[in-house]
Amino acid sequence: MRTWFPYPLLSAGLLAIWLLLNQSVAPGTILMGSVLATGLGWVTLKLGLARSHPRRVLLMLRFGFTIALDIIRSNLAVAAVILRGRRRPPNSGFLTVDIDLDDENALALLACVMTATPGTAWLEYDRLRKSLLFHVLDMENERVWIDTVKRYEAALKEIFG
Amino acid sequence: MSHVTDLPVWAAILVCGLTVLGAAIALIGSVGLLRFTSFYERLHAPTLATSGGVLLICTASIICFAVLQSRWVFHEILIIVFVLVTTPMTLMLLGQAALYRDRVEEKHGVPLKQRPPREEPVE
Amino acid sequence: MMELTIIWSILIAQIMLGLAMAFAFYRMVRGPRAQDRILGLDTLYINAMLMLLTFGIRTANSIYFESALIVALIGFVSSIAFGKFLMRGEIIE
Repeated sequence: MRTWFPYPLLSAGLLAIWLLLNQSVAPGTILMGSVLATGLGWVTLKLGLARSHPRRVLLMLRFGFTIALDIIRSNLAVAAVILRGRRRPPNSGFLTVDIDLDDENALALLACVMTATPGTAWLEYDRLRKSLLFHVLDMENERVWIDTVKRYEAALKEIFG
Repeated sequence: MSHVTDLPVWAAILVCGLTVLGAAIALIGSVGLLRFTSFYERLHAPTLATSGGVLLICTASIICFAVLQSRWVFHEILIIVFVLVTTPMTLMLLGQAALYRDRVEEKHGVPLKQRPPREEPVE
Repeated sequence: MMELTIIWSILIAQIMLGLAMAFAFYRMVRGPRAQDRILGLDTLYINAMLMLLTFGIRTANSIYFESALIVALIGFVSSIAFGKFLMRGEIIE
């Protein structure tokens, strides 16, 4: 199994994308998609990426749900900041927080989540000191943002642990 | 040939509401891009369009084509997933580039490099 | 009556997206530094993609979907290339 599909999640995702693009589940499409998924899986093996094994599907679903809620909430918050305009300019600033994640894929996921939610932007991660520098648009109080990042970190640790 | 005006009332209301709301969110994001004064604040503005705007307008498109062609057409999900995955990369890279350039020019108010200077290896 | 509402609301959405594109274009032309211009370009192509999707809804034609996907792909690659260039290249402003 491992020799055929070194990255099973990647191969399944590629097959799904191929089927969606072609908009059919005809046998020919599935065959072509499987060939592509297997071949590209081997190509990815040459890149030598870090492997990780996300477990606990239920936890992942709950994490996704939390992120969706956070994205909606921060969308509204950032829209309010922009519409408030020049009367009260945003109180933005840089924050650093210590993050203790060893798994590279978990770090990448954390970076994507933090940048995708409006209001926080990932800037720099120092591997030696394990500290992360990020920028916050509206810093009403710093504790809330640091606690948010810590919450994400705990959830990711549980998923990839 | 089906047309958007052939939609039943409930679907039409849903599609119109989602489209207008998504466009409004994208517009607010661009206003932010125009209004904010520093680059790091502007970095937050496009995420409004890429999260809220793309989600809402793609959902409207899914509903519209699903009702018109009376079969589920999900390929807008590709756009949602693609944009959600790629925009963070662009913004992270731009943020790092801006940080790098500001540090080279020693601008004021930019956090310094966190790592201490490398220690000499002990003989 | 219903038809008019649909046509007008999609038109309003398109006008809003057009304004958003204009603001992004302004940032791209005026932007004080190179990274502002790239950010403007990024926003411009995202808004253009949304505009194509609204055209697709208006004409009920799924060919616009394909072009929206291509715009998203090419825009992403170009933004990444520009960002990489900022990290290494010599820029004269």
